[in-house]
Amino acid sequence: MSLLDIDERLLDLIEKVEFGRSPINDIKVPGACDIGLVEGGLCNEDNVRTLNEFRENCSILVAVGACAINGGVPALRNEIDLKDCLETSYLTGVGIVDAQIPNDSELPLLLDKVHPIFDAVKIDYVLPGCPPPAEAFLELVTAVIEGREPNLGYQLRRFD
Amino acid sequence: MTIDIKNPSFLLDGEEVPFTEGQTVMEAALTAGSYIPHLCFHPELQAHGSCRLCIVESDNRLHASCTLQANSRLKVSSQTQAINKMRKHIVQMLFVEGNHICPSCEFSGNCQLQAMAYELDMEEGHFHFRYPKREQDASHNDIFLDRDRCINCELCVRASRENDAKNVFSLGGRGTETHLCANSASGKLGDTSLDVSDKAANICPVGALLINDQSYVTPKEDRVYYQTSISLRGNRRPKEIE
Ligand code: SF4
Repeated sequence: MSLLDIDERLLDLIEKVEFGRSPINDIKVPGACDIGLVEGGLCNEDNVRTLNEFRENCSILVAVGACAINGGVPALRNEIDLKDCLETSYLTGVGIVDAQIPNDSELPLLLDKVHPIFDAVKIDYVLPGCPPPAEAFLELVTAVIEGREPNLGYQLRRFD
Repeated sequence: MTIDIKNPSFLLDGEEVPFTEGQTVMEAALTAGSYIPHLCFHPELQAHGSCRLCIVESDNRLHASCTLQANSRLKVSSQTQAINKMRKHIVQMLFVEGNHICPSCEFSGNCQLQAMAYELDMEEGHFHFRYPKREQDASHNDIFLDRDRCINCELCVRASRENDAKNVFSLGGRGTETHLCANSASGKLGDTSLDVSDKAANICPVGALLINDQSYVTPKEDRVYYQTSISLRGNRRPKEIE
């Protein structure tokens, strides 16, 4: 969503690009597309399926933000056994009523560990940051449209 | 190059760097205002030569500049593409070896490991993340030891022995199991004589040794490396900048 922080420059960008599947519309399946921006790490089977769909359909795939790049804060659970995580959250933790581990076919199964997206597919560019600065999005997308390499200066490559 | 015995110097990336007898390449370079990337070196402590970020090339060999004695015949390269690429891989290995979650780290923006990553144009970890399980230690009233972030540089170990005349820390274990130990019977930091005013408590280049009430006191924009790279700023702790 921090792409929206480019503010009124979004209007210029919209002249040049068309949005496919994204959180700001209701398109469910990505179609053929030039740039795919993927945020978040791989936490469950649904994340893996979506990521593979993106890779198949996008010419350029970009890992956006700390979670996509190194697992980020959700990866803190990698030090803890998944069973312990679920039991503490849903069975034995403080203030739990009607204790049960959610198990509905609608819910994607959790992966054993949280993975950066590099673990599953090839990535073409990265935008570090939590979130990446709006200017970094603009520079990357503009560079791709102009057919040049993005130039992210010191202020645009942040890890926090 | 003619050798001036009274004012000896060596060449670093083609520039003359003066040195005094007994100085290392790193010491002479820093005195002359030329930055060689490093993490485990500190001018007030014995060199350790372990982080390997200060590698330089001389006579077709790589040396750790913090342990290489300066002499007038040296022609040293430091800022080459090939050496900086190696340095970048070293920093990437340090990142994937521990658990460095910058967005949730109190020391982000002040961290020399993170600053080194920015300096060397590192954008991602490149290698597989290990996500090791490491024990945290909150037993001390004033100081928290977060081993997830420790890079085993031994700066706290050396500061405690050489500066504080104590022996609070040591490295234990082997290989990937190497970890920082608190030297007390219980193995807990709270049972050592470490004090907040000790050099050892105020030297960590990353957020592994944190003084409890000093986190988040500085807004992000005012942190050491927010605006300025480590090669211009030097390896500085928050209190060491003006
Ligand atoms: S706690 Fe900090 S100073 Fe001590 S070895 Fe680890 S990284 Fe180095």
